[in-house]
Amino acid sequence: MKQMEKTATPSYWEGFVGGDWQTTINVRDFIEKNLNQYEGDESFLAGPTAATTKLNDEVLALKKQEREAGGVLDADNNVVSTITSHKPGYIEKDLETIVGLQTDKPLKRAFMPFGGIRMAEDALKAYGFDVDAEQHKIFTEDRKTHNQGVFDAYTPEMRKCRHYKIITGLPDAYARGRLVSDFPRIALYGIDRLMAAKAHDFENIGDGEMTDDVIRLREEVQEQYRALNDIKKMAASYGFDLSRPAENAQEAIQWIYFGYLAAVKTQNGAAMSVGRIDTVIDAYINRDLKRGTITEEQAQEYIDHMVMKLRMVRFIRTEDYNSLFSGDPIWATLSLCGMGIDGRHHVTKTAFRFLKTLDNMGAAPEPNITLLWSDRLPEGFKRYATEVSIKSSTIQYENDDLMRNEWGTDYYGIACCVSAQPIATGMQFFGARANLAKVILYTINGGVDELGKAQVGPAYEGITSDYIDYDEFMKKLSPMMDWLADVYVNSLNAIHYMHDKYYYEAAQMALKNTDLDRTFATGISGFSHAVDSISAIKYGHVKVIRDENGIAVDFTADNDDYPRYGNNDDRADDIAKWLVQAFFEKMNKHHLYRGAKLSTSILTITSNVVYGKNTGTTPNGRKAGEPFSPGANPAYGAEKNGALASLLSTAKLPYHYARDGISNTFGVTPNTLGHDDEARKDTLVNMVDGYIENNGMHLNINVFNRDTLIDAQQHPEEYPTLTVRVSGYCVYFADLTKEQQDDVISRTYFETM
Amino acid sequence: MVLATTTKPVMGYVHSIETFGSVDGPGIRYVIFLQGCRMRCEFCHNPDTWNIGTGDEMTSDEILADAIKYRAFWGKRGGITCSGGESLLQIDFLIDLFTKAKAEGINTCLDTCGQPFTYKEPWFSKFKQLMAVTDVSLVDIKQIDTDRHKRLTGFNNETVLAMIQYMSDNGHHMWIRHVLVPERTDYDENLRDLGHYIKTLNNVDKVEILPYHTMGVVKYETLGIDYPLKGIEPPTHDRVVNAENLLQVEDYQGWRTR
Repeated sequence: MKQMEKTATPSYWEGFVGGDWQTTINVRDFIEKNLNQYEGDESFLAGPTAATTKLNDEVLALKKQEREAGGVLDADNNVVSTITSHKPGYIEKDLETIVGLQTDKPLKRAFMPFGGIRMAEDALKAYGFDVDAEQHKIFTEDRKTHNQGVFDAYTPEMRKCRHYKIITGLPDAYARGRLVSDFPRIALYGIDRLMAAKAHDFENIGDGEMTDDVIRLREEVQEQYRALNDIKKMAASYGFDLSRPAENAQEAIQWIYFGYLAAVKTQNGAAMSVGRIDTVIDAYINRDLKRGTITEEQAQEYIDHMVMKLRMVRFIRTEDYNSLFSGDPIWATLSLCGMGIDGRHHVTKTAFRFLKTLDNMGAAPEPNITLLWSDRLPEGFKRYATEVSIKSSTIQYENDDLMRNEWGTDYYGIACCVSAQPIATGMQFFGARANLAKVILYTINGGVDELGKAQVGPAYEGITSDYIDYDEFMKKLSPMMDWLADVYVNSLNAIHYMHDKYYYEAAQMALKNTDLDRTFATGISGFSHAVDSISAIKYGHVKVIRDENGIAVDFTADNDDYPRYGNNDDRADDIAKWLVQAFFEKMNKHHLYRGAKLSTSILTITSNVVYGKNTGTTPNGRKAGEPFSPGANPAYGAEKNGALASLLSTAKLPYHYARDGISNTFGVTPNTLGHDDEARKDTLVNMVDGYIENNGMHLNINVFNRDTLIDAQQHPEEYPTLTVRVSGYCVYFADLTKEQQDDVISRTYFETM
Repeated sequence: MVLATTTKPVMGYVHSIETFGSVDGPGIRYVIFLQGCRMRCEFCHNPDTWNIGTGDEMTSDEILADAIKYRAFWGKRGGITCSGGESLLQIDFLIDLFTKAKAEGINTCLDTCGQPFTYKEPWFSKFKQLMAVTDVSLVDIKQIDTDRHKRLTGFNNETVLAMIQYMSDNGHHMWIRHVLVPERTDYDENLRDLGHYIKTLNNVDKVEILPYHTMGVVKYETLGIDYPLKGIEPPTHDRVVNAENLLQVEDYQGWRTR
């Protein structure tokens, strides 16, 4: 059959190895048939072209102006952003090999009211822009938003949990994001073929019985179909015909980027992932190089120019939002490499080319480069990756072996910061975080919030004795966790129902299969503090100090030497494992919207600062208002046995119950890694390999001295591009709030003398 | 091979353990800092390891059981390192630990300054036994000039050089390290002599200059000991490069492949 196809190969597929991908929409099959593995080192790479350097200088100058203007350079207030709402925009048209901007001008932010008009207007006001009266009327009187829908459905208890921050960061006023679209489809098939496939799917939805599910899906697929058509129109305005597949590498990258552009024109999701595009682009570049139609310099230029565009994506946010997710992140997460199910690694020259952008155009936080790591990746790549990591602190490492096995596919991408998602066949409902450190305090205080002093949780009997009895505490913790799981999951049910209804991601869903597996993402914050608090109660003989209302406001442990999470000590680590599984199981008892499967995460982005601010003193000695440790990191100061003991504690957490991700942010000084560059690379490769081999899930790696950060805080102008990895993403250090800079500075940096 | 015949396990006196040692031998290493040292090097940044006979008592089995948890991080070249203090002061324990480690296929590294070395028996036989289960030794030469060595450490360097010569003559691989301290070791004539001396040796896989640093000062304050190098700053980058040139460190690349 494949032979038969070959005789009729159209020009755009000529030179590729044929397969099922020609007859069905199947990018994964294309990759399997057209993978060009690369075993060598970085010596083939090309530096920036003159055009790249000139464009990049202009973008950096704009970024500087943006920072000086207080964070936002320009913003729309009356053009509702859609795929086709704006005229073409350029940096400098003649120099750009890959084109397309969110709006008509570089760094101008779009107006996106569908998540919630108040949020959109507050964001404008926060940066000194006017609110448009006409738009205000439309989105308050004429047209309902996602935000209004959710608040129509919320119960008083849900509002209360939100207000007292036991549940925080819920996507109820902005887009939920976290979709990884199959962007390479556009390059491989062209839009017309994709529209035909959606039309075909549409004809096969339901058997005529108009149930809620059938009606909803029929409506959604129609919207997807229209979005595809709009992508074609948007591309035409830039002078490209996306109705057909790409003919060469430049077109392939441009086609893929137009798909991504449609996503960021229509959704202001917390995370707008780029997905996994390296091997497909590589196949096109490889074909052009073989044909002699491009040089390595040109190939690198295309990649540089696309990445430059990813660095320019912006959303306008409110101050509240920025305090949670500081530094203007959009999580243009780009997943590279990994292993195939057939046992071949997916390292191509194009993975190197993407890393090279950090050298050609300087370090930058976006795209959020994620290496899908396995100890079976070739040495040449491992060493280059760690070299880039040491130089720029912009890379995160995730365990491909773990994710591939757990999700059963090698064609998954990273959504948001850390979470895996099958690209063609899966989607995720993003669900923020529940504060487990606070639930410890609610258990002790009988549901009364320790800071707000209001009855937020159920008025179960709290702990009334001076010393906390471990057995009594555990007996009372369980129903309090049940309550939190209930109100949390049901808040999310309301949110996702309304999001589908009022802010459906038509462009992104159009680039996935119609029939999808859905996951229902939840998350945990305050993890290490909850674990250490339980351990303190179990091993430390904890005494409660109460205020005049009987609310626990402080704790002392008679034995301060109790086991703490982060030391590879099973006594504490077993509590950690239990906590993840227990909370998962409590949530998993509930009805989940649209038949989704529950997943949870232990990752907090930069929101560990805000969560900590809103949480009282915890029994592990963390004072009221102090930041939580990020993600699944041990509490600051808890680690006594060095870096690897700390990593092994995190690696023990069961991924099966936290399939949305277990994030570890690791800081180390250069001299601790080794005395010279080669030794440092060796150390980092071995460290990442060891962590992966022990089933560690995710690792952010920062390599610098604390002094550098302190100096950068005092003299930001001298460090305009200093980047740091925070939990699950990367930011310019200068773009963090003072509080978050302090938090990053106070984190553990493993150091030897 | 003669092993301890008593049933009582050999105890090690351990100052501390670092699970992530990356500058203490090849690859990532599990480093056991043993308690006790006779030398009083002025630049020592671990004066808390000097006292002999204190520290946590541990058996080699206990240490190995813990070390093995970190095996995945060691890659092809990493393993365990015994450092100090002066590790050779606990030679019976070293033999016990390294023999068991080798049986598990673990790379072993000895960090020593060689001061306890002697050809006297029974010590010398024990040393040979230890060398048989040691993959590489990190050897510090504090000063090639024996008078300056004595002023710097309290001992002359004869036993140190005798141990190094023995290793050189008997196929035992070494990394030679030299701490560069202004006003103590940073003299061109000494560095040149040291360079010539190392050139006469076999089995030197690496030569490293370790710039003196002041991170140990705080420990002296805690212990209430006067800091001997008060007012001496770490060497400049230029002086470090100068020392590396005089020692011709680039000529010793065996560590990359062994």
